[in-house]
Amino acid sequence: MSIRERLSGNEAVSIAIRQINPDVFPAFPITPSTEIPQYFSSYVANGQVDTVFIPVESEHSSMSATIGAEAAGARSLTATSSCGLAYMWEELYVAASDRLPLALALVNRALSGPININCDHSDAMGARDAGWIQIFAENNQEAYDNFVQAYRIAEHKDVRLPIMVCQDGFITSHAVENIELLEDEQVKAFVGEYEPEHYLLNSKEAMAVGPYGVPAYYMEAKRAQLEALKNAKQVALQVAADFEKISGRKYGLFEEYRMEDADYVMVLIGSAAGTAKDAADALREKGVKAGVLKIRLFRPFPAEEIAAALKDAKVVACMDRTESYNGNCGPLGAEVKSALFTAGQMPMVLNYVYGLGGRDVTVESLTSVFEDMKKADETGELGETYRYLSVRE
Amino acid sequence: MATDISKMNETVTWKDLTEGCQIYGSGTSKQFNTGEWRVDCPEFIAEKCKQCLLCVPVCPDSAIPVVDGKRTDFDFEHCKGCGICAVNCPFGAIVMKGEGN
Repeated sequence: MSIRERLSGNEAVSIAIRQINPDVFPAFPITPSTEIPQYFSSYVANGQVDTVFIPVESEHSSMSATIGAEAAGARSLTATSSCGLAYMWEELYVAASDRLPLALALVNRALSGPININCDHSDAMGARDAGWIQIFAENNQEAYDNFVQAYRIAEHKDVRLPIMVCQDGFITSHAVENIELLEDEQVKAFVGEYEPEHYLLNSKEAMAVGPYGVPAYYMEAKRAQLEALKNAKQVALQVAADFEKISGRKYGLFEEYRMEDADYVMVLIGSAAGTAKDAADALREKGVKAGVLKIRLFRPFPAEEIAAALKDAKVVACMDRTESYNGNCGPLGAEVKSALFTAGQMPMVLNYVYGLGGRDVTVESLTSVFEDMKKADETGELGETYRYLSVRE
Repeated sequence: MATDISKMNETVTWKDLTEGCQIYGSGTSKQFNTGEWRVDCPEFIAEKCKQCLLCVPVCPDSAIPVVDGKRTDFDFEHCKGCGICAVNCPFGAIVMKGEGN
């Protein structure tokens, strides 16, 4: 039996964490993720969970403590946003290279500056090469569902990597929407107990975690880490299939919306996908074959699958909610174009920077992108391929 | 993934590396011959030694074996030749020589 509720994304994720009942949750507050440890600390105070909640003095410490707890054998997590994630920079790489399947609830917020507390993806995109699994949500339901699935993906024996479960700051984290929750017992049974093969608190086996990697070992270590990350793609699909059995909700590596015969496809991540779907619906009524490809798994990047999904597209618009400062493309644009090139496909590709620092993303603004795609198709002229959307000229 | 620590050497392939280069078992640093790093080399002059054992706790590498309460010659598999023992010896029973071995 599912439970109908109305919740913000932060509260939905907090409830998922309560239902999972992890062992250790070190945390330091930062807007807009603060509510997650805040809600969770009330569950701790109420005796609803067995989790050890550790208030620490910084995000450098919260991720360090999460790493230490996970290495000790405890299912662990923390939450953060923006500069908090930046302050974890070193530890993100340590968590991944030590192959610790911990979780991070990331509430996406602009990374300064100018200093800003609102949504964009610059925090997560800065960490995209840290070796983590990165999974994104469009709304509170997906944020909740992704968190319930997170440990099953991260802890799988073929993966064992940390997972970053992302939702858009304020837009998803603070807006209250309808949601269907699973029963506590369903979540517990789905996630299961964490039983690591090797862990520091095992009195029967001495072990060392995170030894120095001299040049003779370093590249082999990184190559092995890559294999684990690549495996996460298949595991995420298996976990999604199991999740569908208990929830009725279907997940993949990405969502294809009205893609079956789409000429013009918008590729994007996060909450703006809902707006893009509205824009596509309205254009479809006018006979414009608009479609939306919403990324769920950004790391590992499902390059071959995305190229296959785009094989009949005439024009593709990659929407980056971050600036990459290379003057050429954003991170999503780079990934998608690389995927297309490798697959030998050469559709016209536009790349937009949009929604930085909480800039509104409207049906009108995204409709203008579809119109730009149509114009490029009809004229055969792409013009400037790296563009800003909704910026005052 | 492989967990067999015996396969961990400089010919290991990435498929046989332990996850996260984790090391299973204790006291494995004994297998690491740090003695080959030595530039200066201590010489133990047994006839000058009063067995005060001041040299033993100051050795950073536990490279001065003690048997039945008495120190013996250096463990040259692990002595890095830092010379701290020679400085601490009150009786001139340890002298440093300028060649590794």
